[in-house]
Amino acid sequence: MTATPSTALAARPAPGADAGPGAPLLRVENLRVGFTRGGRTTDVVHGISFALEAGRCLAVVGESGSGKSVTARTLVGLTGAGASVTADRLELAGRDLTALRPRQWRAVRGAEVGFVLQDALVSLDQLRTVGNEVGEPLRLHRWGDRHRRARRVLKVLAEVGVPEPGLRARQRPYELSGGLRQRALIATALALDPALVVADEPTTALDVTVQAQVLDLLAQTKERGKAVLLISHDLAVVARLADEVCVMRDGVIVEAGPAEQVLHRPRHPYTRTLVDAVPSEHTRGTRLSSVPVTLASHHGVTARERAGSAAADATVPVLEARGLTKRFRGPDKVDRTVVDGVSFSLGRGRTLGIVGESGSGKTTTARMALAMLTPDAGEVLLDGGPWSSLTSQGRRPLRRRVGVVYQDPLSSFDPRWSVGRVLADAIGRAPARVPDPRARAVELLELVGLGPEHLDRRPLRLSGGQRQRVAIARALAPEPDVVVLDEPVSALDVSVQAQVLDLLGDLQQALGVAYLFISHDLGVIRHMSHDVLVMHGGRVVEHGPADDVLADPQHEYTRGLLAAVPRLTTPGGP
Amino acid sequence: MSATAPTTTPVAPPTEALAVDASPANPWGRARLLVALRRVVGRVVAAVLVLLGAATVVFLAQTLLPGDRATLLLNLRSGEAVERTAAELAPINEQYGFDDPLAVQYATYVGGLLRGDLGVSYQRHAPVAEVIGGQLWPTAQLALGALAAAWVLALVSVVVTAGRRSRAVTAAGSGAEALAASVPHYWLGVILLVVLAVNLQWFPVMGGTSPAATVLPVLTLAVPLAGFLGQATRDEFDRVLEQPFVTSARARGMGDTGVRLRHVLRHAVLPAITLSGWALGALLSGAVIVESVFSRPGLGQVLVAAVDARDVPVVAGVVMFVAAVYVVANVLVDLAYTLVDPRRRS
Repeated sequence: MTATPSTALAARPAPGADAGPGAPLLRVENLRVGFTRGGRTTDVVHGISFALEAGRCLAVVGESGSGKSVTARTLVGLTGAGASVTADRLELAGRDLTALRPRQWRAVRGAEVGFVLQDALVSLDQLRTVGNEVGEPLRLHRWGDRHRRARRVLKVLAEVGVPEPGLRARQRPYELSGGLRQRALIATALALDPALVVADEPTTALDVTVQAQVLDLLAQTKERGKAVLLISHDLAVVARLADEVCVMRDGVIVEAGPAEQVLHRPRHPYTRTLVDAVPSEHTRGTRLSSVPVTLASHHGVTARERAGSAAADATVPVLEARGLTKRFRGPDKVDRTVVDGVSFSLGRGRTLGIVGESGSGKTTTARMALAMLTPDAGEVLLDGGPWSSLTSQGRRPLRRRVGVVYQDPLSSFDPRWSVGRVLADAIGRAPARVPDPRARAVELLELVGLGPEHLDRRPLRLSGGQRQRVAIARALAPEPDVVVLDEPVSALDVSVQAQVLDLLGDLQQALGVAYLFISHDLGVIRHMSHDVLVMHGGRVVEHGPADDVLADPQHEYTRGLLAAVPRLTTPGGP
Repeated sequence: MSATAPTTTPVAPPTEALAVDASPANPWGRARLLVALRRVVGRVVAAVLVLLGAATVVFLAQTLLPGDRATLLLNLRSGEAVERTAAELAPINEQYGFDDPLAVQYATYVGGLLRGDLGVSYQRHAPVAEVIGGQLWPTAQLALGALAAAWVLALVSVVVTAGRRSRAVTAAGSGAEALAASVPHYWLGVILLVVLAVNLQWFPVMGGTSPAATVLPVLTLAVPLAGFLGQATRDEFDRVLEQPFVTSARARGMGDTGVRLRHVLRHAVLPAITLSGWALGALLSGAVIVESVFSRPGLGQVLVAAVDARDVPVVAGVVMFVAAVYVVANVLVDLAYTLVDPRRRS
């Protein structure tokens, strides 16, 4: 029948990089995909071609809207409703996939192609046990009897590195940690030992150490002789796994070739833009985006005026935290210390980066810095004066001095408010009355690289990058001294992220505003920060100038974190 | 070896990731049991408070309504409507404690409730509990049958028509649900009676509580409810169909029917389960109308007769009974919800 995993499981030496002229496992030539909705057809993929051999990994890289995910889904016949797929050749192991009927497709899916989506929390059925999910492809393809299937589930879970598979198989995905959950998801795709594994953003939304584990697992899959098609927006992730890389943009492959060549000696300008846009330790002080951002002349308080007014107390940190501690009570009535004795000081016009994995307490720290949350112990000082210890009434006149930008700007906007109204509201909190709020709003938009035509738009109609620019403009409107940036670029494509990071750098130079920059991304932190605070389990494990901490980490955790970060370039030289 | 990524230093899986995993290991750990126990106790306390509240309102309605209760009782029993003398009223007041202070009457009433004593019917001389108990089964048949039928109708409609590629099929399904939800019981009952019983003679026009005579009343109650449940389920069904885990299931080789029944349905029924607690109570009040349309014995008939006659203890007893059904139904809903979605346990 279709599924013969027992034979395929036998360890087979991975074909070398220069495998013979044998036919590739997957062959795609001139693939075109369009969607028809309401009588109108939109082409999404415009004739792309690639091939993939067993034991190799091909990465398809691109930003959102490039057509990479549609391509991945087409390979399992799940392009979507209203899709039209044509190709000169779409072959898996010599079999023409374009001619398959629905029933034949079902026999291919799971058995010959395994498909891994991102974020197992939503890609596994939360109401079913892990064992049921992993066993489902076996059951669907009538593999073995019930007892053999149960044994196979445990074996596959063990193979993907899930400890105590017997216990995990009886649990549900939400009871597992992010890393185990993603392994379980990969196990569902590997259960029948398919020759091709398609992984669509398999590590997005994972912490960096967990991401490293998942990438290792995919590398092992490749070494066992499987072909891996990796879809990703993250060039650094790709660098760690791929043998070949295709760069997609607007439904076209703009560059393809060996990974080493594409990532380190890109020929196409777009690939170069993508590679240059990746922030790292080598990019600090340089621009990431090639889009020139001309800062409009700022008629508000200029940096010089600010510097002048601040000169007297230049030594006083603009924001200072002393021994911040916060506990939360869990549903089991046990207190958990989420932030434990965190201290830092942020100088005027400087950037302090706080880096840590999920659950490290970095966002709780940010909320205390914003005085949205009262610390159980310790305090936050603003400009040397009380901040966290004030009453909410006493804090109100000072509020405008601390701005904030969140990861997902859409949820921080009232969807019914236009951009102009959002900004007017923020301008109303400026220290001096603004005579012409509309002119000031236009000025703010120019400051963040947007035009007056955006004033009447609603947030929903803006792109992710534009929304984040509006959020930055809103944060700057009341002329703050500090802006807390909580994962401000985590939801953005790499080239947009580069533009926003450049913009933040320019604004700091022009306005002298200080940033408390929170991110899980060490590259971003490295690129932006003067000083770095590494958090783990609610504690500060390392703190100091960015160059010292990240070039010569003292703490074991920081070293582990740095080692786990996938990189584009060798440390020490571009 | 042309294409090895230059910097991939292998990383040993950090041990702390494994340590984190150990915590939810034992689903029946002591802490969880305690949490579950606390929930149950909390629920029971809340249920008792709700019932006490209902009892208080019912008691106040009985005592504070205009008109002398002893006079009402005597007139009901004799079928007259005359003024009674103090001598006639005295033994009644003595027997029922109508002259006692309000607090004593309240204590007596609540105390009686605790022993299952709902008072005595003015009209029938019999304990209210017996009056209700005697008519309970036909109404329970009707309400439970309607709930089950509504679920079947709603699920079939949603599973068959929701999220289909053909717009016409989807529109037919959701249109039928909207129509069903907006049909009044009274009108539907009469139509079914005239068409299926009188004209086509498929069902008896009046058949008491025989199975054949139960079909039309059950349908009358079930169809509008099926519309509501169907609408709630359909919204969720459409949403869940778009979820990544559904794509995952399809990518394992699962067909459309399998995806609908094995994955989507379980998620999609959650809102309808929540609605069912309310629905069971609403079915009891719907039964009042349906029982009178089909001249079927049951709690509805008891209630209508009692209201007509101002037999206050019976009305109060029915109200307390319905309140109790609501409370029990909501506990059952909570239980069913937890069975379907174990995430609620934690």
